[in-house]
Amino acid sequence: LAPHRPPRDRPTPPLRGPGCRPRAPLRRCPRYIPPLRVWPMPQISASSPEQYPLNPEAFYFEYGRQSEAQPGCSVLDAAFKRYFSLIFPDYFPVTKNFELFHDILIFLDVPISLKYNLSVCAGQASLKAETVWGALRGLETFSQLVYQDDFGSFFVNKTDIEDFPRFQFRGILLDTSRHYLPVQAILKTLDAMAYSKFNVFHWHIVDDPSFPYQSQTFPDLSAKGAFHPMTHIYTQTDVQRVISYARLRGIRVLPEFDSPGHTQSWGKGQSDLLTPCYKGGTPSGAFGPVNPTLPSTYQFIARLFKEVSSVFPDSYIHLGGDEVNFFCWKSNPDVRAFMQKMGFGTDFTKLEAFYMESIVNITSTLNKTAIVWQDVFDYHELLHIWKGVPYDYTKELSRITKAGKRVVLAAPWYINHIAYGQDWRKSYTVQPLNFSGTEEQKKLVIGGEVCMWGEYVDATNLTPRLWPRASAAAERLWSDEKQTSSVEKAFPRLQDFRCKLLRRGIQAEPLYVGHCRHEYQGI
Amino acid sequence: SIRIIKKYTCLNMNYLLLIMIHIGVGLHAVGGVWPMPQISASSPEQYPLNPEAFYFEYGRQSEAQPGCSVLDAAFKRYFSLIFPDYFPGDNLSVCAGQASLKAETVWGALRGLETFSQLVYQDDFGSFFVNKTDIEDFPRFQFRGILLDTSRHYLPVQAILKTLDAMAYSKFNVFHWHIVDDPSFPYQSQTFPDLSAKGAFHPMTHIYTQTDVQRVISYARLRGIRVLPEFDSPGHTQSWGKGQSDLLTPCYKGGTPSGAFGPVNPTLPSTYQFIARLFKEVSSVFPDSYIHLGGDEVNFFCWKSNPDVRAFMQKMGFGTDFTKLEAFYMESIVNITSTLNKTAIVWQDVFDYHERIPEDTVLHIWKGVPYDYTKELSRITKAGKRVVLAAPWYINHIAYGQDWRKSYTVQPLNFSGTEEQKKLVIGGEVCMWGEYVDATNLTPRLWPRASAAAERLWSDEKQTSSVEKAFPRLQDFRCKLLRRGIQAEPLYVGHCRHEYQGI
Repeated sequence: LAPHRPPRDRPTPPLRGPGCRPRAPLRRCPRYIPPLRVWPMPQISASSPEQYPLNPEAFYFEYGRQSEAQPGCSVLDAAFKRYFSLIFPDYFPVTKNFELFHDILIFLDVPISLKYNLSVCAGQASLKAETVWGALRGLETFSQLVYQDDFGSFFVNKTDIEDFPRFQFRGILLDTSRHYLPVQAILKTLDAMAYSKFNVFHWHIVDDPSFPYQSQTFPDLSAKGAFHPMTHIYTQTDVQRVISYARLRGIRVLPEFDSPGHTQSWGKGQSDLLTPCYKGGTPSGAFGPVNPTLPSTYQFIARLFKEVSSVFPDSYIHLGGDEVNFFCWKSNPDVRAFMQKMGFGTDFTKLEAFYMESIVNITSTLNKTAIVWQDVFDYHELLHIWKGVPYDYTKELSRITKAGKRVVLAAPWYINHIAYGQDWRKSYTVQPLNFSGTEEQKKLVIGGEVCMWGEYVDATNLTPRLWPRASAAAERLWSDEKQTSSVEKAFPRLQDFRCKLLRRGIQAEPLYVGHCRHEYQGI
Repeated sequence: SIRIIKKYTCLNMNYLLLIMIHIGVGLHAVGGVWPMPQISASSPEQYPLNPEAFYFEYGRQSEAQPGCSVLDAAFKRYFSLIFPDYFPGDNLSVCAGQASLKAETVWGALRGLETFSQLVYQDDFGSFFVNKTDIEDFPRFQFRGILLDTSRHYLPVQAILKTLDAMAYSKFNVFHWHIVDDPSFPYQSQTFPDLSAKGAFHPMTHIYTQTDVQRVISYARLRGIRVLPEFDSPGHTQSWGKGQSDLLTPCYKGGTPSGAFGPVNPTLPSTYQFIARLFKEVSSVFPDSYIHLGGDEVNFFCWKSNPDVRAFMQKMGFGTDFTKLEAFYMESIVNITSTLNKTAIVWQDVFDYHERIPEDTVLHIWKGVPYDYTKELSRITKAGKRVVLAAPWYINHIAYGQDWRKSYTVQPLNFSGTEEQKKLVIGGEVCMWGEYVDATNLTPRLWPRASAAAERLWSDEKQTSSVEKAFPRLQDFRCKLLRRGIQAEPLYVGHCRHEYQGI
């Protein structure tokens, strides 16, 4: 970084704030207007009109001397490459005729907590983070601070930022069962997620319509349950590619194998798994939810989840458990006999709970923490709130946190439900902690999730439906709520951010009338 | 060798064009065509097609012969559409058969080629097949349009060309180019270059040069699509004012100009001189015989505030009825276009406020959503005016779910009126206004939703009255669009053999 055209024989102009001296505490930095250019908004920031030109020929990232991470750290080595291209789009090394002002570098330094600190000064910027994941967020922020003038020159302003996420769980759900999403579409989404600082990819990988996950243990599940056994599946290689691509961007992959409902496609490749439905005393030929009465069911689930647990390294696994239709269970005499035997009477929710408890126990022995949709909230640690749209989710939050359960809030962010107009405003004005409960209860809200269910979505319309609409929720989940309470103030910032997404090749749709300097060209 | 005769005509049975399609033959299922042809008979008898042995040929008695640019180009295009991903190489042995396509005009022939291309299908091993088929086909309405709005968002030329491709696949024949409006003026005028230099979002990157416009027009022409330009006035002209001073009405507040501007100033002779010169240019740049003059949603607030406008009203004897002023303006510019030998199309507002418009002016129905447009149709056709129906097809208004069903169930002639009145409905138009649409989401929002209206405008209403029967056909057609590289969104849960790969 160099101040704008300093005479070479003069020393660097004096720094304005102590924050600009490497490794000095940030707090004493003078406060300026918070930067408009970063989405989601950093927690604490100070930027100045003082502007430094950036020269791609002389720009580089470097690990700080005291940094624990050093060359060879795969996550950051890859991130440096990526962010160089993001900061200098369309840059091709050609002329070496630029006059080099100073050494230009960003270096990474050691400690502080989960946070990152970014300080941009004349000649250098320093980024401090405790973990590589924090460092990734800091690089994203830095890349958003850089802008181009009308002549294509790059600039960054003097800036100090201290930043950390408000919630630890900031997820996006993609549904690859109702429509198959090619791996490229998933990877593109992971890129865009990193730009909005999302950190959980909730992969609703299988459901009623299709089973695209190619299991090593049960290859018939996709061979018979996918839309097409060769072209519409995720091979182990595909899955690994998604996981490692996500990891390099600081994103966890949370797989969901939803049962006992939403399993029609499972039945095609695994006989005797689903409950045969009866009509007039004989099997009708139709099948219902997973059959909870057979030991073979639990053996199957144990083997499948053993595989899933080793394929997906994340410590969480999502077990679904939503929308179980009792109609078929009720019709089946074996199920009714089992209910009798277990003393459940005619309460089929007890049967469902029995099933869910059993599979939660299976995942526990695999050292995974279970997440389930809120429908069955008796038996595990972490619940996913999806009911109560539009306004009643606050009641759900009260009720479930009161029971001491941790929750992830998804209800207000089902953005597959499109509407005409600026519906991002609704996502933005959600207040996840605005429910009646104690401070302890509030702490149980570990985050939120944007859901893009797949009834009407595939690779043709996924990206423009997701972005920048999901970015509205991203700011709610990352930033301080008081600083980001105004939708009107957010509007021009989100428009600016959407233009950045376009510039990065993300097919993000417009918020309203207007234009971006670089329109989407990928037609 | 088997001889396949495909009959294809355009209304009259004078076969001026005869195209022989030579196909490779051998045995296989029935492919659907969207929009549904008027009269068709297909059989389970199946002929394999061999790309190596397939060619198009002009019939001996055809008036069109090699050198006909429209069909020469169409043959090339449809070869690739029929045989996607084909690279010359395989040598299959074949016996030859043929299909014949007869049409009165090249434009009819284009529609027939489109139909033929949709009849061809591939089996699981990639072999191509077509079934024995006879089709006689013609459009129900002559005007089947799509409106794109390039003012609220700039659409790169590529996005427009892509839309023209997809329009041809659904047999649309009018591209209504709502090229300028309040937010920006991207049309680069030769006569008034300041209009885009000052009125576009960006004077260099967000404009349509003359070359761009010619490219769109000729690309459309080769696909049998007319380009209908709209220069909407006197409202919707904020962007015009930036590059043309004294064109817009200065608004007043408390007796002095407020700095804001309203609609075009209808009181100044300079206004009409400007319009005459602009429209003279537009008329020569756009060869279509129609020109769209807009005339919708004029806000009288600013006119009312302006003392000069009020004085003009007095002088003209309009009293305080500003609709008379609007009518005066519209009448003047319709007359200008008449002298340029163009037929004017205007939004219905012009009729609503004023009936003294030239006989041949076409009115564009946009009011009366959701169900009242039938009243509008009754009222305006009763006055003997020709109309284009757009009201039920504002598909920029998105909603969750299968909203194509609403577009499909529109009955354009189901309004109270005589047979003569019904004949005045010359067609319909799907509108994709640009408030929330640009090149990022245009294609998936437009397709296949617009194709629902396409069938209503092309096909026989009785044969296509069932939405449930249309559903699997439209799903199939949507997969064809994907296969052709059109980013058409899904209708519901499911899959296509070839998913969209353009990510």
